[in-house]
Amino acid sequence: MLNFIDTVGEAVAGIEDGSTVMIGGFGNAGQPFELIDALLECGATGLTVVNNNAGQGDQGLALLIKEGRVKKMICSFPRQSDSWHFDAKYRAGEVELELVPQGNLAERIRAAGAGIGGFFTPTGYGTMLAEGKETRFLDGKWQVFETPIHADVALIKALTADGRGNLVYRKTARNFGPIMAAAAKHTIAQVSGIVPTGGLDPENIVTPGIYVNSIVKVA
Amino acid sequence: MSIPTNDQSLRTGNQADLQTSGKPLGRDDLARLVAGDIAPGSFVNLGIGQPTLVSNYLEPEQNITLHTENGMLGMGPEATGEQIDGDLINAGKIPVTELPGASYFHHADSFAIMRGGHLDICVLGAFQVSATGDLANWHTGAPDAIPAVGGAMDLATGAKDVFVMMTLLTRDGVSKLVETCTYPLTGIGCVTRVYTDKAVFLTGPDGVQVRETFGCTLEELQAMVPMPLRAADPS
Repeated sequence: MLNFIDTVGEAVAGIEDGSTVMIGGFGNAGQPFELIDALLECGATGLTVVNNNAGQGDQGLALLIKEGRVKKMICSFPRQSDSWHFDAKYRAGEVELELVPQGNLAERIRAAGAGIGGFFTPTGYGTMLAEGKETRFLDGKWQVFETPIHADVALIKALTADGRGNLVYRKTARNFGPIMAAAAKHTIAQVSGIVPTGGLDPENIVTPGIYVNSIVKVA
Repeated sequence: MSIPTNDQSLRTGNQADLQTSGKPLGRDDLARLVAGDIAPGSFVNLGIGQPTLVSNYLEPEQNITLHTENGMLGMGPEATGEQIDGDLINAGKIPVTELPGASYFHHADSFAIMRGGHLDICVLGAFQVSATGDLANWHTGAPDAIPAVGGAMDLATGAKDVFVMMTLLTRDGVSKLVETCTYPLTGIGCVTRVYTDKAVFLTGPDGVQVRETFGCTLEELQAMVPMPLRAADPS
């Protein structure tokens, strides 16, 4: 069921404490700042957040972490020059970290959306990030078993939606949007524009509307 | 430009025929050397930091396509002024430009390009490389360090050739080319070439070969590294 929602606050109102929330974006590109601000405002806590990073500067995901709403981060690259809020919480033992190689993170998200129960990948074999995981020699190389990452909610940013919830993105801001939209039970997309049904070329649609539940236009 | 001589003469430290330049290479000279070694038409990923310099020396007639793992092929130079667009960044989160023929794709596709063996070369920095091409470049292993891996393991595993660019020695004069990595591994047996300020090394299951040296003799180079060196077979 697709809903067009007037405000970001209403869009995130149903997110419960303890939810697993995927948040799109690589760095600031594609990060749905308005939805994250609304999530902060709505007070949901004890969250597990899936994102490539663990927040930058004093905005978006970084503030969610600062305010203690995030119990666990699943990400590939938490440490940055301006990731001070995550750094402080991590050093204080107040946020758990599951560190995942970036391609494994993407494929685990993709697998969840595609109904795959797990997969073997050569990435990470022989490293500390594969310790304790099942390995097999397949296709001429050692590979590591990885499991899907599911989520209750995905918050993503796209450029334009049509009346059916089909989405197109802009440049490298696409990043995790399409795979997170498919992996979550409930996907909320913030968009810069909404066009009538038929207003997007079907050949160019990146995320079909079947993956999208809520759309909210932000200025 | 690499003219190795026969193995015997090199083992004894006689490198009369080994290509050498008068002084160690600076970062830009090294980047120019790597750029010149990339075959025309290649699909290439340049890692964050020193490897990014390579893009400054790629010639248009080489027809190289640059991949950035956040979801783009056909990446152009760093953006300046009016070109800067927050939606168009590279893996180092630096604003870049797009070239004609560029394409965008989501993260799972981007790493499928990598893991699937479609990239010809990736160029990475390193803390350590072992004689058999093991790579350590993501984590110092220090107990208080916050680990961050990004795409390093995927790049090391996926590209057909992995080139490393680094200084040969640490600030304390210890070789970063090692018998066995002591830092946490990024990938096993993945590095094929190591470009340093003092020499170009070829790594693999058969040990370390030297392609050329910069500002030192093979004998002097041998004294800096812990494993036996031999001249690269003529190619």
